[in-house]
Amino acid sequence: MTTIAIPPGMPQYDDVPRYDVAAVRADFPILGREVNGHSLVYLDSANTSHKPRQVLDVLREHYERHNANVSRSVHTLGTEATEAYEGARAKVAAFVNAPSVDEVVFTKNSTEAINIVAYAFSNASLRPDASALSAPSRGRGTDDRFRLGPGDEVVISEMEHHSNIVPWQLLCERTGATLRWFPVTDNGRLDESGLTDLVNERTKIVSLVHMSNILGTVNATSRITARVREVGALLLLDCSQSVPHMPIDVVDLDADFIVFTGHKMCGPTGIGVLWGRSELLAAMPPVFGGGSMIETVAMGGSTYAAPPARFEAGTPPIAEAVALGAAVDYLTGIGMRAIQWHEKQLTAYALDALATVPGLRIFGPEVPVGRGGTISFALGDVHPHDVGQVLDSLGVQVRVGHHCARPVCTRFGVPATTRASFYLYTTTEEIDALVAGLEQVWKVFR
Amino acid sequence: MQLESLYQEIILDHYKHPHGRGLRDAADPADQVGEAHHVNPTCGDEVTIRVATDGELLHDVSYDGMGCSISQASASVLHELLVGRGAVEAFEVHEAFVALMSGRGQVTPDEDVLGDGVAFEGVARYPARVKCALLPWMAFKDAAARAGVGASPTEVKA
Repeated sequence: MTTIAIPPGMPQYDDVPRYDVAAVRADFPILGREVNGHSLVYLDSANTSHKPRQVLDVLREHYERHNANVSRSVHTLGTEATEAYEGARAKVAAFVNAPSVDEVVFTKNSTEAINIVAYAFSNASLRPDASALSAPSRGRGTDDRFRLGPGDEVVISEMEHHSNIVPWQLLCERTGATLRWFPVTDNGRLDESGLTDLVNERTKIVSLVHMSNILGTVNATSRITARVREVGALLLLDCSQSVPHMPIDVVDLDADFIVFTGHKMCGPTGIGVLWGRSELLAAMPPVFGGGSMIETVAMGGSTYAAPPARFEAGTPPIAEAVALGAAVDYLTGIGMRAIQWHEKQLTAYALDALATVPGLRIFGPEVPVGRGGTISFALGDVHPHDVGQVLDSLGVQVRVGHHCARPVCTRFGVPATTRASFYLYTTTEEIDALVAGLEQVWKVFR
Repeated sequence: MQLESLYQEIILDHYKHPHGRGLRDAADPADQVGEAHHVNPTCGDEVTIRVATDGELLHDVSYDGMGCSISQASASVLHELLVGRGAVEAFEVHEAFVALMSGRGQVTPDEDVLGDGVAFEGVARYPARVKCALLPWMAFKDAAARAGVGASPTEVKA
């Protein structure tokens, strides 16, 4: 047997951290169940991920031992709940390398986080001139960076999830601003060729997906960031699909806002995150009014708390936030670099395996570079609903439809796609089961 | 096995060889014509149904669309069942089909009324697919109303 040594100075096998996938799978109770008489093959983690026992235990323990409302009680349970809630905020902040804990705003999900930014723009734009305001309100919400009107532009892309399209369409309708977007290339990459025209001195905000939930494309953002800084606009990155799957560093990304959601990263539903640079959050007018977001309330007018409380009106999803903190601990324990590498290997394996299926067409990058483990495809002209149904009968769970990214489907001329997506617990055997299932689809529909 | 109760031969046959597909102009220029386009927002299935009638008889029920085997086969069956029928009778068939699809597999279909439509009995056991099967039927209801027969157009988007 000959051993081929990788030359010194080149990346070595051991440079990359790895983990025991079987041991990780044992943490996820649901992976042990059967579906339609077959072992569950869950290939829909881009839709929602499963939850490890470590997260479920924390959720249960919170309700069994520490349940109380936060930020308003002097009693012991209230103190414990508040510490757990704020502790989760600190964990999330560290997870994305936020310079300050106060830059993490808990929301319901990514959609709400994007809407908060969009409505902050519109609240700032609709507010009369500061001099006309009563004393307590003066000097707030008048930051010119958030003012939007006719002639101003908002830039998104053709590969956005509906949650990063519709809030901006609505904002532009309310303010008279113009919505523009980056197109997508035939290979499913962001078409940056028109960057300097698209992002210009009229641009107020660029809101872009970091990793596409349908194409799997991971967008390289540095050129766009540089241009955004050049023209003095703001940059929001929708990291719903990237934060769960790779190390994310907000300082390194040099974004102004990022959003992500807990349920796609081993956490519960009902909890998401808006991260924003402190100075920007401080300049942003509130969106939801209510308890917890105020400083003082009088019948004649109110003043507001500093961020993040300013954007967390009402009782927040406390247990969900605490469990998200546990999810962050869990992912950190395995290591985001290791998870990213595991998925990169799976993606390379899956792209090769799917290429062997007759009549299969992949939408998005066909090489495992600049893309994550989310692969959309068509199987001949068999409708994705039918593909998904046959796969389900074999225990294989994939998503079918337009994946809340209908403009991408339109771009590629299909009404819907079938999508397989991977996570830290996915195995190559599961990809084999997918490929075998696709052969079964052909047997029914050929 | 379960899958075969969903994808019955009759359904696959209508899907692969649809009957009367394509939108047609009314053969009789005096006919009232109504058309409706329905989409299933969760999956992107689309169907357009056009009804040509003299107010008594449905002279033609033509259709076009794109979507899964269930929705497209359902449109083919609808065409086959309703063309040439009296409007009142057509709505009885419509009602029977809707009842079958809403029955969660507990309704036994009458072949005399539903013809090939009985093959959709298995679909009723798959809640995620009921909308697919109903899509052309809901569009038909709106198209018929626009042609002046049956109920007023609904906002229902199956």
